[in-house]
Amino acid sequence: MTTQTDSPSAETAERRSWLREHSELGVCALLLALGVLVLTDALTMDVDIAQRGPVGPRTVPIVVGIGLLVIAALLAVDVLRGGRGQAETGEDIDLSEPADWRTVSLLAGVFLGAAGLIEPLGFPAAGALLFWGAAFALGSRRIDRDPLIAAVLSLVTYAVFNNLLGVPLPGGPLMEAL
Amino acid sequence: MDSLNSLLDGFGTALTPVNLLWAALGVLLGTAIGVLPGIGPAMAVALLLPVTYGLDPIAAFIMFAGIYYGAMFGGSTTSILLNTPGESAAVVAAMEGNPMAKSGRGAQALAAAAIGHFAGGIIGTVLLVALAPTVADLAVDIGAPDYFAIMVLAFIAVTSVLGSSRIRGLASLLIGLTIGLVGLDQMTGQQRLTFGSLQLADGIDVVIVAVGLFAIGEALWVAAHLRRSPGEAIPVGRPWLSRGDVRRTWKSWLRGPFIGFPFGAIPAGGAEIPTFLSYVTEKRLSKHKDEWGKGAIEGVAGPESAASASAAGTLVSMLTLGLPTTAVAAVMLAAFQQYGIQPGPLLFEREPELVWGLIASLFVGMVLLLALNLPLAPVWARLLRIPRPYLYAGILFFAMVGAYAVGGEVVDLVTLLVIGLIGFGMRRYGLPILPAVIGVILGPNAEQQLRRALQISDGSVSGLVNTPFAVTVYAVVALLLVWPLLRKLVVRDGAKA
Repeated sequence: MTTQTDSPSAETAERRSWLREHSELGVCALLLALGVLVLTDALTMDVDIAQRGPVGPRTVPIVVGIGLLVIAALLAVDVLRGGRGQAETGEDIDLSEPADWRTVSLLAGVFLGAAGLIEPLGFPAAGALLFWGAAFALGSRRIDRDPLIAAVLSLVTYAVFNNLLGVPLPGGPLMEAL
Repeated sequence: MDSLNSLLDGFGTALTPVNLLWAALGVLLGTAIGVLPGIGPAMAVALLLPVTYGLDPIAAFIMFAGIYYGAMFGGSTTSILLNTPGESAAVVAAMEGNPMAKSGRGAQALAAAAIGHFAGGIIGTVLLVALAPTVADLAVDIGAPDYFAIMVLAFIAVTSVLGSSRIRGLASLLIGLTIGLVGLDQMTGQQRLTFGSLQLADGIDVVIVAVGLFAIGEALWVAAHLRRSPGEAIPVGRPWLSRGDVRRTWKSWLRGPFIGFPFGAIPAGGAEIPTFLSYVTEKRLSKHKDEWGKGAIEGVAGPESAASASAAGTLVSMLTLGLPTTAVAAVMLAAFQQYGIQPGPLLFEREPELVWGLIASLFVGMVLLLALNLPLAPVWARLLRIPRPYLYAGILFFAMVGAYAVGGEVVDLVTLLVIGLIGFGMRRYGLPILPAVIGVILGPNAEQQLRRALQISDGSVSGLVNTPFAVTVYAVVALLLVWPLLRKLVVRDGAKA
């Protein structure tokens, strides 16, 4: 960790800012990993019995895998030369602030939690918890209003999909009790 | 006039009370969702896919057409009243529309936009009726090599015409193709990228990919950068136009479609380019040049009409060739596949009731859109004030409904979140979303056509280029690929001289 230089802290800071500046190289790494994964899967395929016609199930994955490796390399070159992907803008997006990772991970957590609750609790309860939790994560703190909106939205959606549109959703113990 | 008779039959389908109801519901839902800031037409259609699961295909597509046009119209309302356009196609509407709203002429701007959408939609759909059967007839004999060529064209076009970076477009396409590979190989049943998982052997449903990339990805991305104080919407009354306004705008309404329609039909990014071209044209032809930038009404009327007509143009290539040229068309193609219907030249022969019912309902939808939107504009404007936590919580909520409705599997929701995180990363690093979606939807199909073509030619690569149609398409592909190089050469020559 400690490097024998005149000002180790300045160097780590510099390296860190270089990494932040070139964080897009992470995309290259992911593309590279994906390419290796696709190629490994294609090359370890046991196709002798399955092959029909001159082009088997391997060909396209091999092409896609090689494509991923090539693109990972090209993107790396582009990034090192100073090319940057433009972050998407939009109506409610303020790019001048740094990314708010807390909100994003909270939202992902709430979503996973609600997904896990659909089967035990039923859709109306899990959906209401998802809406309330997500609104809370996004900064809404109206304890009187938020849960009410969440419950009404979830119940109405359940009724419309399950009863009107013919798309079955699990009601759970709550609906059985009602 | 064969297509005229078919169209009349189509009206017979579209005008039944039930289908009329679906069209009205589609238009209302589409507009409401399109008005909501942060939701573009592609996300609107993706989120509303599950609504149609229980419907028969005709009703579903009638509703979809309404959602599509409604969402496009809704987007322009947001631009005019809020001045922070979410989709690129609505950028132009904000350029003149927002200054108009600020100077108290919001009602006129909305009216010019609404009538522009109506005019563009009607003219565009007339062109669709006139052209689509001809294109379908021309394409009816095309075989596997031709289909493969069209799909290659779609892949190359979405990656090199759109966006600023080809490398990033290609990266996005390859991510999509990889997702499309997951599951059992359609021709041999060989497992690919399933890692022994039974869930993955079924493949990843296109709806989950679309909802994940468009809805979850967007919601998470906005959450990471949520504007602390959202822009203030300008309140507006019922839209109306004075006689002087109409005199200024009627030519713009009529010119717009002829710019929009052709661009919609080719894979060149949908409404983005034609709305801008229409803006420039109107500015050049305007007699009130001093008003431009401060709220010239022609600058709203022309581009909005072009945008609406480009949507009709999109449907020509989607219905006759199965070639999606915009994100919305890609999601609609996914919806067709859900019903086991393959859009393409044979669609007009195999499913005449569906196609002509859909086309007729476009006319119906246009009339409904105009009739509903003029009186409802103040209500739509109020939607802009929705608290952002509720808006993005709602998007997550409906994304969950949609993905769960696909198969009633909790695993699908985990897949959805993972794809949403991929969509988040793509937005952060400027990888366009559309190529990935096109890759997922067309990838498996393209592979099948490729292998079929090579089976017929017994493995000889010449089997891919043995029809004039395929050769022509590859020529276009080659042109797209070398165009940036050519342009560089031309510019260099110009600089030397």
